[in-house]
Order: sequence, then C-alpha cells, then structure tokens
Amino acid sequence: MHELSLCDDLLGQVVAIAAKNNARSVESITVQIGALSGVEPMLLDSAFSMIKVGTVAEQAELILQTSPVIVLCQLCGTQSEVATNRLLCNACQSHETTLLSGAELILASVALNCAD
Amino acid sequence: MCNTCGCNITPGNRPLVMAEKPKNGVTTVSVLQNLLSQNNHQAEHNRAHFDAQKVLVINLMSSPGSGKTALLEATIKRLRESLKIAVIEGDLETENDTKRIQAQGVPAYQITTGTACHLDAHLVHNALHHIALDDLDLLFIENVGNLVCPASFDLGHHRNVVLLSVTEGDDKPAKYPVMFRAADLMLISKTDLLPYLDDFSPARAEQNLHNLANDAPVIEFSSKDGKGMDAWIDWLHAEIEHYRALLLDKQTQRPKVQQDGQLLHAQPGKTKFYPVSNKAAYNNDVKHA
Repeated sequence: MHELSLCDDLLGQVVAIAAKNNARSVESITVQIGALSGVEPMLLDSAFSMIKVGTVAEQAELILQTSPVIVLCQLCGTQSEVATNRLLCNACQSHETTLLSGAELILASVALNCAD
Repeated sequence: MCNTCGCNITPGNRPLVMAEKPKNGVTTVSVLQNLLSQNNHQAEHNRAHFDAQKVLVINLMSSPGSGKTALLEATIKRLRESLKIAVIEGDLETENDTKRIQAQGVPAYQITTGTACHLDAHLVHNALHHIALDDLDLLFIENVGNLVCPASFDLGHHRNVVLLSVTEGDDKPAKYPVMFRAADLMLISKTDLLPYLDDFSPARAEQNLHNLANDAPVIEFSSKDGKGMDAWIDWLHAEIEHYRALLLDKQTQRPKVQQDGQLLHAQPGKTKFYPVSNKAAYNNDVKHA
C-alpha cells in the first residue's frame, strides 16, 4: 500500500507544476516505473484515481511507462536484459554488474491545459 | 535520481528530455523528477542532522518476527558500556518493542504507523524531535516488519541491514529483490534453529543475494546462543570507524541502492520504455534472461 503515499508525493509535484504554469487543468501525467522500483503500476494507477479527485488533476490521465531491467557487466562490458531477481551478466554470468535501467521512479512530464 | 549532478537524466529517460511542442492549447512540461523527491528531500535533511552530530544511523529491515528486536536487545547488552545508542521503533500498533529496548537502558522512541506499512523520512524527522542526538554514536531505526514497502523509502540513514530468519526460507532474496538488493549487510538470524530445518541452506541464501549483483557481507547469527554476535559487533565497529573517516573528509555514507546513479550518467544506453497497457509489444521486444 505504499503506492498511496507515493501518489501523495506525485500529486503534490503535479499541483505545484500546474500552479507555476497557470494551468486550468492537467491533461496527462507521464510516469516511468522500473520493475525494480518496488512500485506496482496497477496499484499506482488505482491509488491515483482515488487521490486526484477534487484537484486540478481530476481529469488527468496517468500514463505509466515501464522499463526493462538492464545490467552492464563490469568484467566483459556486455549489456543484458535480465529478470528482477537475477541481475547477472548473460554473457559471462558474473554478478559484478551495474544496473543501467529498471529502478526508475520518475515523473517524466505533465501535459497542462493552459488555453484561456 | 542521478547522484552526480542531480539532473535526473538517465539512459532510460534521456529521449524524453526533448521538449514537446504545445498543441491544442496543451503544453507539455518535462519534469524528470523522482516520484519520491519530497521524501528524498526530507531524507537528505535528516542525514545532514545525523552527520552534524556524527551519529551512524542503521535501518533494520525484515519480515515481521525475524528477530530485529531480539538482535537489538543482544547488541545493546554488548555495546551499552562502550557506545551511546538509541533506537527508533516503527510498528503498526503497540509499544511492546519500545518497552523491550528501554528495559535495556537506552532511549527509544516509538513511531506507531497505524495502517502505514513503512517508515518514511517525514515520520523519522518527527521522531527526531523526541530523541537527543548529541553524544549519540549509533542510532538504529527498526523499520516496520515488511519485505516490500520499506525498501523504497530513504530515511536519511547510512546503512541498510536486512535480516532473514532461517524459518522464512533461503529463497527470500529471490522473491523480494527490491529489498535484498538494498542490503549493505544481510543477517541470517535464528541459526540456533538450523538443526531442525533441513530445507534452509545459508549458502543458497547467500547465492540468491549475490544473484542480485549484491556483494554485501552475510553474517549468520543467533540472539539466543550468541553465535555470530562477534562478527556483527565487528561489522558495526568497522562501519562506525569508516563513517567517521568519511565525515572527516566532508563526505557522508549512503545506503547501497542509491549508488547506481553515477554510472548511469557515464554510460548512456538505449533503453526503451513501454506503455503498461501494451504488454504484447513489450513481450515481443524484450528477451528475458
């Protein structure tokens, strides 16, 4: 259920951006979520539909984009797409890898209705 | 977020940095800010407090009943003569754990979260008003027993310690990768029960941790018979020493998962994002390991 508290943070940011740009309403909100972020897109979506009511983002569509888990091997330099619980190099099986993608939890953009 | 410059630009989101043109009166504002930026901002504030007082702060996480409080009781018994320790307890209900810690003669403050499944930086900040940080060496934050949510929230602490009790099964790191990837130390607890559990292998648990590209040390211990306590106490002393050296160097210590940002910045890649609704495109495109 931490998706609800995340939504609170998200909505706070969106409302501030809308106010700063004198927006009448928010059209859409684009969020990027990696599989290793610990956030479930479906739960975030339903939490957001509850929390947006009565705000400038009431009509906003929440666009969720997911990213695959990609690791870079420190030994052989290979980039591999892997499962969340197996962050090993596909080429040499090394566990000396660094995550390139998959842990994102980012508010990417907000589409605002600014027309008079 | 990128720790190198705070720009939030990673290979994954780089294409989205391009500004979009307004159409039909709709203007798209590029934000690229971490969803948890309010929490993270508070966490940095907490960490600055801790660093000003030179207190090493350890976030203890595990499932409920894996022995966090018992570990703290045993640790305080060993260290209370040589180190000044305090504890912040997070629980949904009751002050039972706080009473157990206070019985050991150290200050403890209870955060009762009600229905919330994790502590966040704001809750910890409020708790700090009830704990005197000056003269403290070590502050433990016993998080809510939960292997999912607490992993996502920076509290401003310096080290993550994740407990795995032998009754839970050695596959927990594979089942809860977000949590165990964040561990700076994994403690295998209740090892006094190992003779009765033929299906728990500490080696397999460690392998599952390493499969998450996490080379954190693993210590097997039992609060009951005291086995492994020396290794744990040694680890704590080494961490305190390392932390103080960092402070002298005007640096701070950060828990594990936040460190990926720097390399992200140096290695621009070609990550594609997929709409959640379009699972088919994702499955076609992505070859799973």
